[in-house]
Amino acid sequence: MTSNSYSSAEGHIHEPPLRGIKRWLLTTNHKEIGSLYLIFSLVMFFIGGTMALVIRAELFQPGLQLVQPEFFNQMTTMHGLIMVFGAVMPAFVGLANWMVPLQIGAPDMALPRLNNFSFWLLPLAFSLLLSSLFMEGGGPNFGWTFYAPLSTTYAPPSTNFFILSIHLAGISSILGAINIIATILNMRTPAMKLMDMPLFVWTWLITAFLLLAVMPVLAGVVTMMLLDINFGTSFFNAAGGGDPVLFQHLFWFFGHPEVYIMILPAFGIASMIVPTFARKRLFGYRSMVYATASIAILSFVVWAHHMFTVGLPLAAQLFFMYATMLIAVPTGVKVFNWVATLFHGSISFEVPMLFTLAFIVQFTIGGLSGVMLAIVPADYQYHDTYFVVAHFHYVLVPGAVFAIIAGVYYWLPKWTGFYPDETLGRWHFWLSVIGVNLTFFPMHFSGLAGMPRRIPDYALQFADFNLLSSLGGFLFGMSQLLLIWVVVRCVRGGKPAPDKAWEGAEGLEWQVPSPAPLHTFSTPPEFIPERDSPGRA
Amino acid sequence: MSGSYYVPASSKWPILMVVVLALLVIGAGSSLSFGHGFGLFLAGMVGVLVMMFVWFRDVIHESRSGLYDAQMDRSFRMGMAWFIFSEVMFFAAFFGALFYIRVFALPWLDGEGEKGISALLWPDFSASWPLLKTPSDAFTGPAEVIDPWHLPLLNTVLLVSSSITLTIAHHALKNDQRNKTKLWLLLTLILGFVFLVVQGIEYVEAYTQLGLTLQAGVYGGTFFLLTGFHGLHVTLGACVLTVILLRVWRGHFSSRSHFGFEAASWYWHFVDVVWLGLFIFVYVV
Ligand SMILES: [Cu+2]
Repeated sequence: MTSNSYSSAEGHIHEPPLRGIKRWLLTTNHKEIGSLYLIFSLVMFFIGGTMALVIRAELFQPGLQLVQPEFFNQMTTMHGLIMVFGAVMPAFVGLANWMVPLQIGAPDMALPRLNNFSFWLLPLAFSLLLSSLFMEGGGPNFGWTFYAPLSTTYAPPSTNFFILSIHLAGISSILGAINIIATILNMRTPAMKLMDMPLFVWTWLITAFLLLAVMPVLAGVVTMMLLDINFGTSFFNAAGGGDPVLFQHLFWFFGHPEVYIMILPAFGIASMIVPTFARKRLFGYRSMVYATASIAILSFVVWAHHMFTVGLPLAAQLFFMYATMLIAVPTGVKVFNWVATLFHGSISFEVPMLFTLAFIVQFTIGGLSGVMLAIVPADYQYHDTYFVVAHFHYVLVPGAVFAIIAGVYYWLPKWTGFYPDETLGRWHFWLSVIGVNLTFFPMHFSGLAGMPRRIPDYALQFADFNLLSSLGGFLFGMSQLLLIWVVVRCVRGGKPAPDKAWEGAEGLEWQVPSPAPLHTFSTPPEFIPERDSPGRA
Repeated sequence: MSGSYYVPASSKWPILMVVVLALLVIGAGSSLSFGHGFGLFLAGMVGVLVMMFVWFRDVIHESRSGLYDAQMDRSFRMGMAWFIFSEVMFFAAFFGALFYIRVFALPWLDGEGEKGISALLWPDFSASWPLLKTPSDAFTGPAEVIDPWHLPLLNTVLLVSSSITLTIAHHALKNDQRNKTKLWLLLTLILGFVFLVVQGIEYVEAYTQLGLTLQAGVYGGTFFLLTGFHGLHVTLGACVLTVILLRVWRGHFSSRSHFGFEAASWYWHFVDVVWLGLFIFVYVV
C-alpha cells in the first residue's frame, strides 16, 4: 500500500487526517465511524445494564425495598429500549461499518457523509430518551413495547420526547440500512459475485432490507401515538372507533422482524468464526444464504404470535402458530450447518470460538423455548410471565450479545494490531457463561410457575429462583468490566498480530495489514472466486 | 470501472444537521409536553432547511466539477430507490391501519365475529364507514364527509397530469431540448401547486362546514393522517422540483447525466401513486 495508490484517477487525494475532537465529529471513514458505533454501543450496554441491575436488586427478595413501583416500571422500559435500540443494533452496525468494506474489498461505505450523519443521530436520540427520566412525571414507564393506551392515555408527559427519540433512532437505522445496501450491491471488488460474499455480508444485506421495511412502520405507529396524545385523534381509542389492538398489530409488524434484525448478523458472525477455528470451510454455504432469506421473509407473517391472548379469531391464531413454527426449519438448517462444519474439524478453542460455541448452544435453547411459546394453548399459560423473559433474553444475551463479543474478540487483532489477552478473555468467557445462565435459566421455572413479568414484587414461592437470578445478574454485569479491560489493554498493546491473525481464517479482511490502515483497498483487490469464494465447490 | 475508487471528502454539514435537529426535537418535545419551546422548534426547522441547502449545494458542486464516477452515481441511485421504498412502507403502515379499522375493528365493536365481546362496551353502536357516529359520546363524528367526485377528482386529474408533464420534461431533457424541459417542468410545478391549494380548500371546508376534524373519531383521524402526510410529501416534492427547475435554468444537467432530475421525478411519481391509493381507499370506497 503506497501513498501513491491513495490518489484516484480524478486526481482526488485524501485530505490529511483531522485532529482532536473534530476528527471524530466530521469523520467519513468507515473504520472511525465503526469504532464510534462500537464505543457508543458499549456505553449504552453499561447504562442499560445498570438499569437491569436496579431491577435485579429490587427482585433480590420479595417485598418492596429499593425503588418505588413507578420507578421500577421506568427501569424495565428504559432497560429494554436502550439495550435493543442503543446497544445491540448499533453494535451490529458498528461491526458492519468496520468489516463489510474490508470483506468485500471496498475503499469505504458507499455514502460516507450519510454514514457520519447516521451515527451522530444516535447520541442525540439517546440523550433525549435518557433526559426524559429527569422530567416532571418521569420517563417512559409503559414497557419497551409501549402498548397503547398505557403509552397514550395513561402516559407521562415526557412521552413526546420518547416518541421523538424513536424517530431519530429510526432515521439513523433507515439511512444506515440504505448505506449498507448500496455498499454491498455496488462496491464489491469486481470479481466477487453475490454468492461469493462472506456470510456476515450476506446476513447484513438481508438485515438491511428488514430495517428498511419495518423501521418506517415503527415511525408510523409512534406518529399515530403522537397524534392521539396531542391532537385528539382516536387511532388507539375504541371510544372514537379506533382500537388499542391496532397498536399491537402495527408494533409487532415492526417488532418481530426487529428481533431478526438483532439475530441475523449474529448468525453471520458465527458463520465466519466457526469455519476459522474448525479449520474447515463452512458446511452448506448456499443453504445458509437461503435459510437467512427464508427467515427474513417468514418474519413478516408471524407477528401476532405476540398477541395470542389479546382475543384474535381462531383462524388467525392457527395461522400465526404454524407460520411461527415454520421458522424453526431454516433456523434448524443453520444450527445443523454449524455443527456439520465442526464435525471432523481440527477445532481449537480461542476466545472468539468459545463465545461462538456458547452462542450456538444457548441460542438454540432460546429458539426452542420460542417454539414452545408459539403453541397457542401453551402460550395462554406462558404469556406475560418470566418464561417469556427467559426466552427472549436467551436469544438476545447469550445469543446476540455473545455473538457480538465473539466478533469483537475475533476482529480486535485487525482493528488494533494486537491479540486480546487470552487469559483475561477466558475469565471473561467463563464468568459470562456462568452469570448469564444463572440469571436466565431459573426464569424458565419462575415463569412456568406463573410469576408475572414487569412487577416489582412477587409471591414467596418465587423467592429462591429470583435470588439465583439476581446473583447471576450481578455476576454477569460485573464480568463485563473484564471486557472493557481486555479491549483497553488490546488497544494499548499486546502480542502483535500478523495480517492473517487466525490460522484458519479466510477472506479479504485478512489480506490488509493489522492494524488496518485508515484507508484500505484504494484499488479493488484481486479476488478469484474459484480460490477465494466461501461458497466455492 | 477506472480501476480506482472515489471517496468523498469529510464535511461539516452532517454534524451541524444533527445540531439543528437537536434544537428541533428539544423544541418540539418541550412545547408538546410542557407548553414552551415552540420558538426553538421553529429555529431548528429553519436550521434543517439551511443545512439541507448547503449540504446539497456541496454535492451538486462536486458533481458538476466532475468528481463523481459511475460507481458514485449508482450509489446515489440505489440510495434514492431504497429511500423511496422506506417511504412506501411508511404509508403502508397507515393504509394497513385504515384497513384494519374498517374490516376488523369497527365490525367487532358492533358484535360481529366469533369473540363479539367488544360489543358489550357500547351496545347501541352500529358500524358503518364513513363512521359518522362514534361508539362513545366522548368523540363527535363528522356531519358529512368529502364528496370524492368534486375536489378530490379534480386533484386526481391534476396530479396524474403532473406526472405526465414531468415525463414529457424528462424526455425533452434527454433530447437536449432545454426550453421544452423548462416549460413542462414549470407546468408540472404549477399543477402540483394547484393541487396543494385545492387540498387546502378541502381542509378548510372539512373543518368549517363538515365537522370533519382530527378529533372527529377514527374517520377524521385516518382521513387527515393519510391525506396530511401525502400533502407534506407533495410539498417536499414540489420544493425539490423547484430546485431542479432552477438548476435547469442555470444550465445544470446534460442530456446523458441528470440524476438529480431523475431522483426528483421518481419521488414525484411515487407521491402520485400514493395519491391514487388515497383516492380509491380514503375517498371513494
Ligand atoms: Cu415474534
